[in-house]
Amino acid sequence: MITEAFSEAFRLISSGDSDLYEILELSIQVGSSSLLISMLLGLPLGTVLAISRFPAKQLAVTTLNSLMGMPPVVVGLLVYLLLSRSGPLGVLGLLYTPTAMVIAQVVLITPIIAALTYQVIDDLHNEYQDLFKSLNIPLPKAIGTYLIDARYSLITTVLAGFGRAISEVGAVIIVGGNIDHLTRVMTTTIAFETSKGELSVALALGIILLTLALIINAFVTLLKAFAVRNAYA
Amino acid sequence: MPNQNTNNVVEITSHASSHSQGIQLKSLNLTLNNNLLLNNINTVIPEKGITMLMGPNGAGKSLLLKCLHGLLNPDAGTLIFNAKNKPLAETKQAMVFQRATLLRRSVIQNLSFSAPKTTTQQELLFWLDKIQLTGKQNLPARLLSGGEQQRLSLARALINQPELLFLDEPTASLDPGSTHILESIIKEASDNGVKIIFITHDIGQAKRLSSDVIFLHKGRIIEHTDAQQFFTTTRSAEAKSFLAGEILL
Repeated sequence: MITEAFSEAFRLISSGDSDLYEILELSIQVGSSSLLISMLLGLPLGTVLAISRFPAKQLAVTTLNSLMGMPPVVVGLLVYLLLSRSGPLGVLGLLYTPTAMVIAQVVLITPIIAALTYQVIDDLHNEYQDLFKSLNIPLPKAIGTYLIDARYSLITTVLAGFGRAISEVGAVIIVGGNIDHLTRVMTTTIAFETSKGELSVALALGIILLTLALIINAFVTLLKAFAVRNAYA
Repeated sequence: MPNQNTNNVVEITSHASSHSQGIQLKSLNLTLNNNLLLNNINTVIPEKGITMLMGPNGAGKSLLLKCLHGLLNPDAGTLIFNAKNKPLAETKQAMVFQRATLLRRSVIQNLSFSAPKTTTQQELLFWLDKIQLTGKQNLPARLLSGGEQQRLSLARALINQPELLFLDEPTASLDPGSTHILESIIKEASDNGVKIIFITHDIGQAKRLSSDVIFLHKGRIIEHTDAQQFFTTTRSAEAKSFLAGEILL
């Protein structure tokens, strides 16, 4: 049975099954959109937190680190309450749409990107701050320099966020509803098809998901090796 | 004339009074974590030449340098550049740290990072030639040797044409060849009118470069005098011990 499921899974992938690739396309669209928005929020947030000094800084860092471990189903529930018809943003009618899934993923991965960015930039700030003060580098230029000089570590951070977004199931199934041809993504389909006993589709998507993870990790490893070799890490 | 204070520390004040146009340090105190680390620093650093800051580890040399450069804020006291009649903080300054801090970029990108916007490629190449890094401009800066990194740091500091240059043991752990190149550039900068304040533990280097010496011990200036006088007729017991290579506690 498992052998048959595997051979059917490979057949689905190699034949370019339209349903399968529709799911893959939506997954990448939702994941990429979430990632882009999270980067726009998380990178500056982590950087500003790292280089600024204020009384409650440690509390802010601890809170951010705690938010990294937020259970996806809890995020899903909170976004659901926000977007449901009776919720504060219910009038927008976003529940059970890809936009709702993007919002949930943004809530989920922004703290991850911000917290990891904080760690990377904080280390760099400790190294550079006296130099920048000595050279009278204005703050905008300093922030730009931090982001450029930490680029290799930050790409790893961003890819970690993407990995989390694309492999997450708990939040998107609550706010997306796993509606066929509308909000069905890889992870929700795997959960759904497995519960039905349709292992071939679930396996095909699992193989694609694993391949994606493998490609991302290989890219990160190569990038890190390049950065270390050139003392850019 | 030396003053005898309550702690039996000899302070030579004659040097300070003869340079009223220099950098004036008045009643400078610095406390960190409830420890008084710089204690009532009063002197006038001459406007020209190379002033060496000497003393054992923990004497407060780096802290004093950081206060002068504005990296640390003293609890009390004033810093005035008398010759320009303006606060020291308003003078054009640069600093080279003991451990070269280089950006994770190429050699030439490090050099151009803080250079004036009008700096041409030719000027950058001129500086690379001066620090003997021609041909290495596109290498990652952090792959350079220790001596090369320090030369690049020095060039990055000097390309902005500072009035004041602070050097915190820039040649510590460098070989004699690298030290020689660095000293030549420092000497040339000084000859061109850049005021240099330099920390070193190397007595030979201090003898080669310094025009005056400030000797610090336990956060206080023990002696500030002309270099020749410091190395020939040192008065304080601490400086004598230091110059004799004895361990100062």
